[in-house]
Amino acid sequence: MAWNLGLRRKSKMPSGLWLKCDGCGEMIFKKDVEDRLNTCPRCGHHFRISARERVRVTLDRDSFEELWADLEPVDVLGFNAARAYSEKLVQAQEATGLKDAAVCGLGAIDGREVVFLVTDSAFIQGSMGVVVGEKIALCAEKAADLRVPFVAVSGSGGGARMEEGVLSLMQMAKTTAALERLSQAGVLYAVVLTNATMGGALASWAFLGDVTIAEPRALIGFTGPRVIRQTVKTELPKGFQTSEFLLEKGFIDAIVPRSEIRPFISKIIRYCGAWPSRRVRETVGASRKGKAR
Amino acid sequence: MAQTDVLQFEKPILEIDAKVKKLEEFALEKGLDVSMEVGHLRRRQEILIRTIFAGLTAWDKVALARHPMRPQTSDYVEMIAEDFVELHGDKAFGDDQAILAGFGTISGEKTMIVGHRKGRSTAERLQCNFGMANPEGYRKAHGKMKLAEKFGVPVLTMINTPGANPGVGAEERGQAKAIAESIRIMTSLRVPVICCVIGEGGSGGALGIGVGDRLLMMEHSYYSVISPEGCAAILWKDGAMADKAAEALKLTAQDLMTLKVADEVIPEPLGGAHRNPRGAAESLKEAYLRNLRELRPVPADRLIARRYENLRRFGKP
Repeated sequence: MAWNLGLRRKSKMPSGLWLKCDGCGEMIFKKDVEDRLNTCPRCGHHFRISARERVRVTLDRDSFEELWADLEPVDVLGFNAARAYSEKLVQAQEATGLKDAAVCGLGAIDGREVVFLVTDSAFIQGSMGVVVGEKIALCAEKAADLRVPFVAVSGSGGGARMEEGVLSLMQMAKTTAALERLSQAGVLYAVVLTNATMGGALASWAFLGDVTIAEPRALIGFTGPRVIRQTVKTELPKGFQTSEFLLEKGFIDAIVPRSEIRPFISKIIRYCGAWPSRRVRETVGASRKGKAR
Repeated sequence: MAQTDVLQFEKPILEIDAKVKKLEEFALEKGLDVSMEVGHLRRRQEILIRTIFAGLTAWDKVALARHPMRPQTSDYVEMIAEDFVELHGDKAFGDDQAILAGFGTISGEKTMIVGHRKGRSTAERLQCNFGMANPEGYRKAHGKMKLAEKFGVPVLTMINTPGANPGVGAEERGQAKAIAESIRIMTSLRVPVICCVIGEGGSGGALGIGVGDRLLMMEHSYYSVISPEGCAAILWKDGAMADKAAEALKLTAQDLMTLKVADEVIPEPLGGAHRNPRGAAESLKEAYLRNLRELRPVPADRLIARRYENLRRFGKP
């Protein structure tokens, strides 16, 4: 199955007028794909999109105000494999224009304020190192402080980032602790799982949503399919570790196509996050004072 | 001891053991006093062990942490806990043998002990899946911790796993979800939680019972985001580069002290815990009781707040 190979396949949009769909293998007109939020007009295959694009398709126009944009990864371990981590970082930074895999800030969905975070699968497979962990924790704290819902979109197919060693592993505990505080504060945390979300990311922040939805046919699991195949030494069941598999097993609330994600989250927020945020109250308060003068 | 139970760098150490044994047998047979000679051999052996252990690589340390003769959770429970009551199932799916849980009393201190169980004999190892827990194992673990919390009993965890079980069933039953839930519950338990890596600290499978107020590590244990073999296979495209990966991952107990992830390294008897399990158990018990004494008087709210601050600072950029 094509989507099962999502991790290695290049789903990025190539240049040119036509492209071959990773889902159905058909030649499709690129403009048609772009008009459908980067999904295939024939089979509905969801191409991967960048963090910036995700912000654009999820939040109200011009509502996004990026926070903590200056956080930069540090090669704490001085990690050198076949390629040095420091080089890998520079390359990922140049390729994506991001400092690390997560982009986050304040925004709005249908006029309701949210704290928003997305991990970009193009940045070392969206893996979680210290900076990604820190941003998630900061977002959770911000959401608790402002009492506005926190919406996170995961493209973290790389799980916890190996090159930052045990510090990456500890981000699982750190993000979880911050989200538990958010939960105890009674504030909504909604997660959108996209292709791919694996390992340490899924075993912490990506699977702790009050409401958890997934894009169709995303690869979502704990252990990578290749490792499982090597371990059990048999072919894996059809559709194993896809969004559809997770829905069937009862681990997600819904599968939602990209075009429906905004309205879906908007509805959930209406049910689970209806009170005005502190920021909104302050702004309203300030403008009232202004009028009085 | 079978040949496979000996690590390459241990061989010269064991040769001296064999010599001592031979000498003592000979002395017994002939009615001679060889205490001088034995003493001399033991002193030589001590110097030898110190020299060998001073030069161990990260990969050697991983081998020691995985040593087949190394004491396991069940051994420590037997050596340090009285009145142990094992509590089994996850009350949802099954009883994962890769997790051992139950109440025990350690020097008069009521404790909930939760640890990975690896098993020693082949049959046991298979039964315990080599210490690789399934989702029901993590549910069992945090279920028992919630029980302990309800009755104000502190929690001691013993981490010793290559990692969570990578299998079809594990995925079907929500491995990631079960681990995430365990971590979540441990961040907010209202009793002292002391975690100790006694051997292998393999990734998320270790962290699934590894979040608490203190992280202790036995001197020859490791804790890593991925196994050195797995890391080598991905980043070097060659599993045989595991020694290099072990070095790069900075995974030894001593590395974790430098990275300020571990709070304390528990010294092991000379030559490793397997050469003197009782000595290792005494050290573990002492460290647990000392840390518990510090944590016990802290009010629950303060305890959780401190735990949060502690987790929050990990790798602060």
